[in-house]
Amino acid sequence: MENNIKKLKVSAIENGTVLDHIPSQQLFKVINILDLTNCPNQVTFGSNLDSKLLGKKAIIKVSDRYFADDEINKIALVAPQAKINIIKNFEVVEKRVISVPAEISGIAKCSNPKCITNHQPVQTRFATVVENGHLKLHCHFCEKMTDSDKLIILAKN
Amino acid sequence: MPKSLISIHDFTKDEILHILDVAKEFEANKTQPILRDKVVATLFFEPSTRTRLSFETAANRLGARVIGFSDAGNTSVSKGETLKDTIKMVSNYVDIIVMRHPLEGSARYASEVASVPVINAGDGANQHPSQTLLDLYTIKQTQGRLDNIDINMVGDLKYGRTVHSLLQAMSHFSPKFTFTAPDELKMPQEYKDFLTSKGIPYQETTELTEGLNNTDILYMTRVQQERFTDIMEYEKVKNCYSLIASMLAGARENMKILHPLPRVNEISQDVDETKHAYYFKQAENGMYVRMAIIAYLLGYK
Repeated sequence: MENNIKKLKVSAIENGTVLDHIPSQQLFKVINILDLTNCPNQVTFGSNLDSKLLGKKAIIKVSDRYFADDEINKIALVAPQAKINIIKNFEVVEKRVISVPAEISGIAKCSNPKCITNHQPVQTRFATVVENGHLKLHCHFCEKMTDSDKLIILAKN
Repeated sequence: MPKSLISIHDFTKDEILHILDVAKEFEANKTQPILRDKVVATLFFEPSTRTRLSFETAANRLGARVIGFSDAGNTSVSKGETLKDTIKMVSNYVDIIVMRHPLEGSARYASEVASVPVINAGDGANQHPSQTLLDLYTIKQTQGRLDNIDINMVGDLKYGRTVHSLLQAMSHFSPKFTFTAPDELKMPQEYKDFLTSKGIPYQETTELTEGLNNTDILYMTRVQQERFTDIMEYEKVKNCYSLIASMLAGARENMKILHPLPRVNEISQDVDETKHAYYFKQAENGMYVRMAIIAYLLGYK
């Protein structure tokens, strides 16, 4: 245990949540979606860490905070393969997997420039569609598809 | 939330058939003032003379009174009022709202803000369900049925919302499709995938002359110049998709030509005199179908 902790590039937390296996290029989107910029807790993160699974990965550790399922599931949009570890007293006490929520409100921008949500103060709303393991968002308003590859995350107020 | 008509998907197959039955009743008896104490708003944030007049006539024939505007230019919208505020205000005044708006999804949003039913009379390139219902009504009227119809769709199949909605609505009735379009304006893959998933056959061609003899419905649409990046391409295509009466010699007896109108040069005037021309009657049918939609959403039919 001691040895393991020494090797960690992002230091261990005593209690809280670790979000592991985030694709490096998605790190800041995850931070934005979870609104960690406004989080008063200690937040540590690392990016471009070596990963057997992803090549390069990012990791986020949030002390003394546990996320509700519907909160954490939002990151399925950008990091569906992320692993969520719940830490208590330096030990992983629970592992959670992310599942894609059926509907997503107010996080992503609709890629259709003529959609009402891009012109008026209307909160975006999508149904999620998974096609061959690929996530797409079907706009509730304009009925057009937004590809998760081209996803733009709306800035939090 | 009261029931609205925003997208053709909002109506089940049974509801679609019900609307067509009610429309037939209205065609047989054009003036039925069952909505004498009602007020209908027609809010046209972008101009569309044909659709607006059709809806307003429908409302008048039902005995309702009509308020509204035909252009957002001289309304509070030009002062920067949000769609939400306009709809909130108007839904306090009237019993039902008919709305046309250039932004896609605007009608769905309006229906969620309004306290009265909303009929989408076109939201950008997205949906125009009353057009789809009048197309179905006309197909049924001319062929005596909706099931197992051969339909040849011609022209702008890429951007044309009427063909996309009609394709989806017809998928309830085991049709067979031919898509006639220049390469630039072919039917998008997602709609072809949709047909495949429903087991509905289709074929594609670029030649107008190819699909004229083996179809029940020839659904023509306008090929618009602004859809082309290369103006020379447009000039070439424009003339290929021009239907003239002599091309119809081998057409089926029952074959009817539909067109959402306005037409420009895709149907020559001499076609108007043939037994196949049906687009003006189709436009007339729009009025009966819109009477049926209004009466149904207000709970009268």
